[in-house]
Amino acid sequence: MSEFVIKAENLSRNFGDLKAIQNLDLEVEKGSIYGFLGPNGCGKTTAIRLLTGLLKPNGGKVEVMGLSLPKEAEKLRLHIGYMTQKFSLYDDLTVKENLQFIAKIFGLSAKQRKSRINELLSVYGLDKKQNQLAGSMSGGQRQRLSLSAAVLHKPELLFLDEPTSAVDPENRREFWEQLFDLSDQGTSILVSTHYMDEAERCHKLAILEAGIKRADGSPEDLMQQMGAHVIEVAATNLRQLKQQLLKVDGVITAAQLGARLRVLIRDSVLDPIAFLREQPGIDIGDELVKVRPSLEDVFVTCTGEGRQ
Amino acid sequence: MNALRRIYAIFSKELTQLKRDRMTFGMVVMIPLIQLMLFGYAINTNVRHVPVGVVDHSNTGLSRILVQTVGATQVVDFIGHYDSIKEGEDAIASSKVRAILVIPKDLSQRLARHPTVGFGLPPSTDQETSRPVAHWLVDGSDTIVAGAIKSLRSMPLAELLSKPANRNVPTFEVTLLYNPEQRSAVNIVPGLVAVILTMTMIMFTSAAIVREREHGNLEMLITTPVRSIELMLGKIIPYMFIGALQVVIILALGYVIFDVPINGSLWQLAAATFLFITASLVLGLVISTIATNQLQSMQMTIFILLPSILLSGFMFPYEGMPEVAQMISEGLPATHFLRLIRGVVLRDVVIFDMRYDVAWLMLFTLAGLIIASLRFKKNLD
Ligand SMILES: Nc1ncnc2c1ncn2[C@@H]1O[C@H](COP(=O)(O)OP(=O)(O)O)[C@@H](O)[C@H]1O
Ligand SMILES: [Mg+2]
Repeated sequence: MSEFVIKAENLSRNFGDLKAIQNLDLEVEKGSIYGFLGPNGCGKTTAIRLLTGLLKPNGGKVEVMGLSLPKEAEKLRLHIGYMTQKFSLYDDLTVKENLQFIAKIFGLSAKQRKSRINELLSVYGLDKKQNQLAGSMSGGQRQRLSLSAAVLHKPELLFLDEPTSAVDPENRREFWEQLFDLSDQGTSILVSTHYMDEAERCHKLAILEAGIKRADGSPEDLMQQMGAHVIEVAATNLRQLKQQLLKVDGVITAAQLGARLRVLIRDSVLDPIAFLREQPGIDIGDELVKVRPSLEDVFVTCTGEGRQ
Repeated sequence: MNALRRIYAIFSKELTQLKRDRMTFGMVVMIPLIQLMLFGYAINTNVRHVPVGVVDHSNTGLSRILVQTVGATQVVDFIGHYDSIKEGEDAIASSKVRAILVIPKDLSQRLARHPTVGFGLPPSTDQETSRPVAHWLVDGSDTIVAGAIKSLRSMPLAELLSKPANRNVPTFEVTLLYNPEQRSAVNIVPGLVAVILTMTMIMFTSAAIVREREHGNLEMLITTPVRSIELMLGKIIPYMFIGALQVVIILALGYVIFDVPINGSLWQLAAATFLFITASLVLGLVISTIATNQLQSMQMTIFILLPSILLSGFMFPYEGMPEVAQMISEGLPATHFLRLIRGVVLRDVVIFDMRYDVAWLMLFTLAGLIIASLRFKKNLD
């Protein structure tokens, strides 16, 4: 039996004429890590603000942790943690002062504060930095500070808005380990990202484009049900080949990957390799391999419309 | 209980940030210091040494003694002699002098008949009887300078002829109860408390919330359980102490440098100041819920500050303002505080005797706090 921590139906939000979110339906299961994948400006932050009660929707229904928004937003505050895209703690306070502040705001007693803050400092590797001003820290350190502030009151549901955008790859890995730890402890997580590899780590994800949800499901399901074949072609004149292939009806896209060309072909074509070989006037060579689709392929396939 | 804890959290956070903000901290001390010096020394309505010229048509020993006697008052300094009135007027127009004294040919006759000199009996029917001895032409554009020269109109001339003074008995006797020496600092220093507090208190609080919005801290704050009223209170309490510190600086320096006494009780002073500080802080909060960036909040602060300087009674007496200005004046917290603090500092009043002003400040604070809390929405719309 699955229980939903977030349920949204037909959620919409406009900024003037701009439709930032259109008819979004969403179901996030308790205990899962749910991802929003999409390019900048696609509405990830707006969606998260709608789900945390910071913005009022123009239409649709949202229920988070069984509370209906925006009416019961105030009650929801104790149950959710929110890590904003832009660093939103105080630059002119130290790590420890920032955490103290949040702890007091959430009503922890002096004793509880002390033990919880020490715990967080060691879990997130900030012990040695505790007296450093937040404004003088590196991207990775700030991100860990933001996360520890967001989880300080042990929320059941955590919203993370592009948490790794200012962080190097090594720190990103480590950060995701920490998210899995939280998830194991029962925290439900909604995280937005524009990195494919991060989206692939989520239990489920929604692909957003221009405020519209293009697809959702687990990464595996999305890849299987993508509706396209992926063929890799090794040849010499890749740039010219690419231009030729893009004109072929049935080819969704072609992208160069080193010495190979990755070609997406609609799955209405039954034998894609034969299909490519039979194209008149195109010398495609012999080295054609059908490969497993990646999340990027899924992304490209389902967001193609907006691009052309 | 939790509410208090949250207010305390905001309060101590604000205090820590303030401690690190050298710039703001410097302004807390420097603004009162500089303003006090500027206003205390520069605003002086007792004008001395106005540069003037003389056009002497009489050109006698007597006329030279007259010029010396007038010069001895120190109100004016004679810096030029002109041959004609035309030349003198040109000197006024080109700002070389502020006025010219025109001494007529018949100076000695006029002087002889002048009542203050008292030579012989002034015939009552003769139209030449009491003609002034000489004539001032004054640049009237600056009313204070003009007033200083007007005050020379009935200066005694007896010593001019080494005669004992024979002044008329005035119609009224005037006793100056407070500030008998008529020093402007005595009136200005307490008024400066109102102006400086208006400036700093509104500026600091209005910037306080706007800054959180600009830095993105607000998005984090509003996802916490803190309530708007708690946020407002936590934000203004640290500034109450700052306001109190500024009042102490101004009044202490006023006492040391300008000899401005504090006649009333310190408790009364503290109570009046507290009322005004809270009113100003709350006004700043209201501004902060309207402004979207620090520039706007600054502009709105100035929008309040200017009338608070010009219309509160700090610069010009309330009684002399047109009715519309008086109405605006009544709406400003600074006006009411100015009455209270001048009352306490200069006349030793008990503020309860000025209930109207006290009640007005209290109502203003309450209304402002409600408006600010209602306007401050815990969302980003
Ligand atoms: N407060 C706002 N006012 C007007 N337009 C906004 C506002 N917030 C976001 N937008 C617009 O809505 C769209 C979605 O923005 P956002 O949700 O921030 O995207 P993302 O987080 O995916 O980068 C963008 O076109 C952005 O310009
Ligand atoms: Mg965003």
